[in-house]
Amino acid sequence: MQKYLSNPKLPFYALISVLVLTGLILSIHHHRSYQIPWFAGESLTSWSIEARVEFEAIGEPVSINLSRPSNQNGFKLIGESTASPGYGVSYLEAENQTQWTIRKATGSQTLFYRSDFLLTPQQASPTLIKPEITYRAWEEPYQTAVEQISSEVHQQSANPFSYAQQLFKKISEPEQNQNISLLLNQTPSKAKLAVELLNKANIAAEVIYAIELEDGRRRQDLFPLVRVWSETDSVLFNPTTGKKGLPNNSLLWQLSTGPVLEVIGGLNSQVSFSIIKRNESVAANLKQQSDQTQGLINFSIHSLPLEEQSIFKTILLLPVGALVVCILRVLVGLRTSGTFMPVLIAIAFIQTSLMTGLIGFLLVVFVGLLLRGYLSRLNLLLVSRISAVIISVIAIIAIFSVISYQVGLTEGLKVTFFPMIILSWTIERMSILWEEEGPKEVLIQGGGSLLTAVIAYLTMTNDWIRHLTFNFIGIQFIIFAAILAIGNYTGYRLLELERFKSFVK
Amino acid sequence: MFANPFKLAEIGILGMNERNINYISKYNPRALYPLVDDKLQTKQLLTDAKINVPSLISTVHQQIQVNNLIDLLPKQGGFAIKPAHGSGGKGILVILSQSEGTYTKSNGEPLSLKQLEHHCSNILAGLYSLGGRYDVALIENLIEFDPIFDGYSFEGVPDIRVIIFQGYPIMAMMRLSTKASDGKANLHQGAVGVGVSIATGEALNAVQFGKPIEFHPDTNKKLNELKIPDWQNLLTLAAQCYDHSNLGYLGVDIVLDKNIGPLVLELNARPGLSIQVANDQGLKPRLKLIEQQTELRDAAARVAFSREFIEVK
Repeated sequence: MQKYLSNPKLPFYALISVLVLTGLILSIHHHRSYQIPWFAGESLTSWSIEARVEFEAIGEPVSINLSRPSNQNGFKLIGESTASPGYGVSYLEAENQTQWTIRKATGSQTLFYRSDFLLTPQQASPTLIKPEITYRAWEEPYQTAVEQISSEVHQQSANPFSYAQQLFKKISEPEQNQNISLLLNQTPSKAKLAVELLNKANIAAEVIYAIELEDGRRRQDLFPLVRVWSETDSVLFNPTTGKKGLPNNSLLWQLSTGPVLEVIGGLNSQVSFSIIKRNESVAANLKQQSDQTQGLINFSIHSLPLEEQSIFKTILLLPVGALVVCILRVLVGLRTSGTFMPVLIAIAFIQTSLMTGLIGFLLVVFVGLLLRGYLSRLNLLLVSRISAVIISVIAIIAIFSVISYQVGLTEGLKVTFFPMIILSWTIERMSILWEEEGPKEVLIQGGGSLLTAVIAYLTMTNDWIRHLTFNFIGIQFIIFAAILAIGNYTGYRLLELERFKSFVK
Repeated sequence: MFANPFKLAEIGILGMNERNINYISKYNPRALYPLVDDKLQTKQLLTDAKINVPSLISTVHQQIQVNNLIDLLPKQGGFAIKPAHGSGGKGILVILSQSEGTYTKSNGEPLSLKQLEHHCSNILAGLYSLGGRYDVALIENLIEFDPIFDGYSFEGVPDIRVIIFQGYPIMAMMRLSTKASDGKANLHQGAVGVGVSIATGEALNAVQFGKPIEFHPDTNKKLNELKIPDWQNLLTLAAQCYDHSNLGYLGVDIVLDKNIGPLVLELNARPGLSIQVANDQGLKPRLKLIEQQTELRDAAARVAFSREFIEVK
């Protein structure tokens, strides 16, 4: 007993135990009092969408109307709320709008509207009103173009829906048809043009807006769809892709046409959306509890606005990435170029998806190394050389984006998510390593970094780990304790067992 | 494929994590690192302590001096250009001879003054320094290697690494460059490591790429015949480096000069672990033995103690 008490590392172990205990107690408390399940996917998922309206008030009475979504196929509205200090709020049921009003406001204003939808297998059939057909007059040469398109499409179709299908096929590929590209010069919105052309053929149609549901997205915009009517039925078309029906993972923000945002008494108005996916029982239970006391124990990320919540969804994963790096470097003994560079690359992979990310990363680094090889012959000072590498990396990324877009690979555009300064340093380090130690060492360290990045990516995208880190703040204490404990590990690294194998015959 | 970790622990092999936590961060105060990371400071320190080092001809501190490099170089004979903050032999350029503006490198390659200037500005820009900091280039007299090691090394410098723990020499090895290591003395690049007995200065065991070998791969010289002369003096010189640097866990790199005898090339506050492979021995039992010593001894007495007891099992 005496021996253990005099151990100089006792306070350290005590600290680790306290951290682990705190983490466990907090997690169990969250689990019990909010009924948050330990595993993801034990209950229904829901989506929260937050609209953020910003504008400049000019000191006059202000009235803002924002359209709001309602029950639809596969989605059930379970709650909505607003945050808007000083404003009077009313939900206009008939128009499906939220209205904010205030007698006088000046300066920049921010209003929030949020709605929560539960994923259900149920079909909802809201009553839709068929819009009026309006005829538009075109000037020459547009009139001729319209006539030509109409007669072509008319030839190829049998009824309003097949007419629409053929028309959207043409509109979604404007480079195939000169008439369409001519009309798009005048009416840049494909959706609006489609409605005008459909109306011309006596088919009722309207532009409505939808939002793509992707977890943790911020500052998103709505995208337009066109609802096409026959006598009684209606069908949705996506004017960008030409496809029929509502795109997967999308929610209709409007059921019938109308402005998304109307501002009276303000300037420079804009609206953007944040989306977050959550575990229904978590959300519902937290909502229930939120009226009660908000003590330190109840400290929860869920009390923040959605936009900040989705930032935290990523931030709270960083400790997991750091832990992976600790394990791979201290326990396994992998060599990486730059200690936490792999975590930043892993975060870029989360944005780009793994394969695109890997290919993009390898391409950028490879071309960067070639360019850097030339730069080293110019005999530049270090700071200028790295700055030159940064500019080259930006150029490479720009060229890749343009080429891949031209070829039709929109995936290629995602290389812009890579942290460019980090990439430049990686290229610089690899290049020096190549000159000093040869290509073998570059492969070892480059491979080590990529392997670490991929493992960090797989850990950070694991559903269960995302669920735990976001819903249980206590997990952070446990990760912290684990990192401290690893920092005190004096045993062998896995790769040292290979290095020293000659000792054991 | 993998060694049993419990067996390794039993033999007393020191691992990287344990070296970092229990030895380097415990015995090497961070504040003393600049002394050994900057070769200029090390040279000053050792010269003041009357420990032999390769003599300094001149230093290049600023880019503008590079333009007048010819005035800083010796007018005849060989010399070496080194970065003050380099590590692992990076950026060291050895010129064996010169005639009419042509400088001959150690591998026979002729270089122009322009190329030497380029090398110096690379050093100043921090190409070879840790973290890419601005650096200083040192121009040193060439070491005239003792011919007793002829045939043991291919193109490069055969140097002796001694690990000094709290002033006691605890393990030593000789590093011989090879064709595979491109004249460099780093074991992971393919240099041969020859474990040298602390007691006698004689070769114990030799490895290349972690595998035991008997003959030098390029010169075919039998490695177990290697014996370092004047061993007591060499170890005492290494042990004295502790008294002046105060680093408890220290790697001392020594070369033998034909005329002057042992010279300290550089000190290392983070000496590597491959010395264990070269010796086929673990460091831990020796570290433990020294940690038990309470008596204060001078360098010569510490060397005597080590030579008598450190290899006793």
